[in-house]
Amino acid sequence: MPSKDALAKSVFLCCAIASAAIILAILGFMVALGIPLFRESTFSAIWFGPWAPHRGAYGIWAMICGTFWIALLATIICLPLSLGMSFVIASLGGRRIRKLLGALVQFMTGIPTVIYGFVGIFLLVPLIRQGLGGPGMSVLTASIMLAILISPTMILFFTDSLLAVNTAYVQAAKALGANRVQRLLYVMVPRALGGMASGFILALGRALGDTLIALMLAGNAIRAPQGFLEPARTLTAHIALVKAADFDSMEFRSIFACGITLYLFTVLATIAVRMMARERVAVS
Amino acid sequence: MMRVFAERMVEYLSWAMAFLLCLSLSVFLSYLLIKGLPSLGTELVFGKADPLSVLMGRERVFDGIFPAIIGTLCLVVLSTVIALPLGICSGIYLSEYATPVMKKAVGGLFDVLAGIPSIVVGLYGFSVAIFLHHHFSGRLGPCLLISALSLGVLVLPYIVRSTQTSLEELPAHIRHTATALGATRLQNIAYVLIPNALSGISSGVILAIGRCAEDTAVILLTGVVATAGVPSSLLAQYEALPFYIYYISSQYTNPAELSNGYGACLVLLGICSALFMVAHGMKKRLFHWALYRL
Repeated sequence: MPSKDALAKSVFLCCAIASAAIILAILGFMVALGIPLFRESTFSAIWFGPWAPHRGAYGIWAMICGTFWIALLATIICLPLSLGMSFVIASLGGRRIRKLLGALVQFMTGIPTVIYGFVGIFLLVPLIRQGLGGPGMSVLTASIMLAILISPTMILFFTDSLLAVNTAYVQAAKALGANRVQRLLYVMVPRALGGMASGFILALGRALGDTLIALMLAGNAIRAPQGFLEPARTLTAHIALVKAADFDSMEFRSIFACGITLYLFTVLATIAVRMMARERVAVS
Repeated sequence: MMRVFAERMVEYLSWAMAFLLCLSLSVFLSYLLIKGLPSLGTELVFGKADPLSVLMGRERVFDGIFPAIIGTLCLVVLSTVIALPLGICSGIYLSEYATPVMKKAVGGLFDVLAGIPSIVVGLYGFSVAIFLHHHFSGRLGPCLLISALSLGVLVLPYIVRSTQTSLEELPAHIRHTATALGATRLQNIAYVLIPNALSGISSGVILAIGRCAEDTAVILLTGVVATAGVPSSLLAQYEALPFYIYYISSQYTNPAELSNGYGACLVLLGICSALFMVAHGMKKRLFHWALYRL
């Protein structure tokens, strides 16, 4: 009879294997259900072809473009905001301001996405429509809201890696007469770059994977956007919108191609973050 | 000279950016409060029905968010019950038993899972529902149970990671004392390591609960509907608070419904931020409780 210890160990092992298996099962299910689509047309037709269901073409290129337009614009808007905020929290602000802003950023991580979308529809969309023209629901609208959504991720990573810099270096710079900005720019930032880069990639990943904001604010037109004020549809929104279609249609199968694409993006981002972490360990 | 100017600019711009972010956040929150506060009240939750008889189960609510709140509550409880044991056991295995190679491989998989967009997890739940529908019973389909399972998968990495890291961060003197006194590995885990790591684990769990309460993309694909009433069974369709907000935003027909939407936003925001504060407060409190309980 196995001892209690050995039994516990195998229970823990089974749990770990089961949960790891789920992650692979997610990919497996999507591939299995997407097979009819891949059988009908080639990989390049699915990824790079046009979306024209009446002609039997189910390319998701327009959605891939929409996803990247929105996510990249959001990170571009978010980057200066997060840099400024994390500089203030990590170094420039006084003690009370740093604490207050830190708590604020923590609070922001808890705001539900759907609320950003809701406020976006009734506050930001009319503003954009009146101020900049166009239909209001556009790449820019979704990106602005998305930038606020992903900013806590970026700020927390930036701040953490800035503060993780060895205080001996910071103190040494202080002793040499460097002021706060100089210590920040020439001592802390260069040593924190690796961690800050992973924060950037994780925030980009969140922006690529967000559904609700793009679904509610980007207008969902199936066409690669030509400008920031045009509507676009993301891969995630496409999945949410097409799920109501007939189960056996190719249109429905196309959402699995979207799912697989998003899964692959995630894997790439994870590998990138891991490689950066390894480099950081090697450097220090 | 150039350098001094650049340093100055960095300082000013940083403050400006921080101010801009705070400004947009306060515009966002005050807009929500101004629009939402007037609609808060029993009318919002119970509609025209009598609150007491609704709570006793004698009356149904047709124009309030009561069914949505109950649906969200069911989702949160079910998915936590599903994800908690699995996640904590996996976390214990990764931290206490796994070899370095295993740790790296499985840990990498959990990193991927943590990064997978929630709609893809929803798509997985949806595919499972279709699979069950085709192969087992035509009565099965997207429902409360499928949603709870998918949400459980979504929050699994949070629980695994928080368990693993809070166990790994325990200092050596806590880790080795009991084993030196003759405790078995299991006894050490159950009586020493877990109680000491409890604060970290539970704040991870609470963050996971918050994620279950707010996520919309997963339930969108796995069985939430606009009107279902209070869910009658695990295999029934249901309403949920985040979906209600999404639905109102595109389908509202009159100003009263819209103002209910703002009210629902405030309720959801209240729930999520309360959970969040509990998670933060708990980190310290539980630590004391776990240490001095024995």
